Amino acid sequence: MSEGAIKKFMFVNRKAPYGTIYALESLEVVLITAAFDQDVSLVFMDDGIFQLKKGQQTKGIENKNFSPTYRALDGYDIEKLYVEAEALTARGLTEDDLLVDVTVMSRAELGKLMDEMDVVLSF
Amino acid sequence: MKFAVTINEGPYQHQASDSAYLFCRAALEKGHEIRRVFFYNDGVNNASSLTEPPQDDRNIVTRWSKLAEDHKLDLVVCVAAALRRGIRDENLAPGFRISGLGQLVEAGIEADRLVTFGD
Amino acid sequence: MLHIVNKSPAERNALESCLRVAQDGAAILLIEDAVYAATRGNTAENHLRDALSRFKIYALAPDLEARGMGDRVMAGVATVDYGGFVDLVAEHKNCQSWL
Repeated sequence: MSEGAIKKFMFVNRKAPYGTIYALESLEVVLITAAFDQDVSLVFMDDGIFQLKKGQQTKGIENKNFSPTYRALDGYDIEKLYVEAEALTARGLTEDDLLVDVTVMSRAELGKLMDEMDVVLSF
Repeated sequence: MKFAVTINEGPYQHQASDSAYLFCRAALEKGHEIRRVFFYNDGVNNASSLTEPPQDDRNIVTRWSKLAEDHKLDLVVCVAAALRRGIRDENLAPGFRISGLGQLVEAGIEADRLVTFGD
Repeated sequence: MLHIVNKSPAERNALESCLRVAQDGAAILLIEDAVYAATRGNTAENHLRDALSRFKIYALAPDLEARGMGDRVMAGVATVDYGGFVDLVAEHKNCQSWL
């Protein structure tokens, strides 16, 4: 592929933070992908939505709180953050509970978007 | 067709590495190219030369090394994930190399398909 | 698009999430512990039977056989070997692994 090629990358986040490392290491790939000037979309569904919950305090578990990184994403020109509406409701959360601005989508809309991607990554 | 593969789990504990290996072998048999195999998360443990399974079990690590040798595969272990888990050049099995996450993104850009194996 | 699922529907919600999001006409490949979803009498049987009208569903034969379930595949689910897995990936524009 020629230099400067841009592909559509989607990261599907379905796992909660801290219980496993997937959320953190997925975020590390997201940042690198942005550094390659690719078209990056992030989807949060199922328990992945908990990654964006406001008010994370990790001092008691002696883990690094990486949630502020989600706020820094727009500095990397990552602005396409999508949250599945049904998954949000199913967890008793609303957009106001999330620490970044997101686009709430129905599952059908998400599925359509996923179809349009070149590379879909999930950790 | 050019494939790239990502493996997110270590050997034995999960089937991911086995599935990925059998997928790669089948793809090569069909004449496809494996552009790169990228080891991430606990997947970096697939590269440990210290692995010693019982004799009647498959040796997942040497199996990857052999496939890499036979087909000139590029087996890349993520440096940040590897350092977190004690995988370094000193205990890296033949055929593997340690490099940055950019290698995963590059594989995604250059390959026609990227397939992820994990938990 | 090809969706790849590797977990039993009785253990994780990966298959359920996949079925919720996948677009009509998509292909779904069940591998590893997800092959139990394609067997007769399993907890997700009705769910999967409904899904057969919207998706093409495949199960990886070596994983079924390893689990002693090779002779229990539901009607309508096609079985493939690793070569078939490779073909499915090649035939579809992109793929998502529901880990």
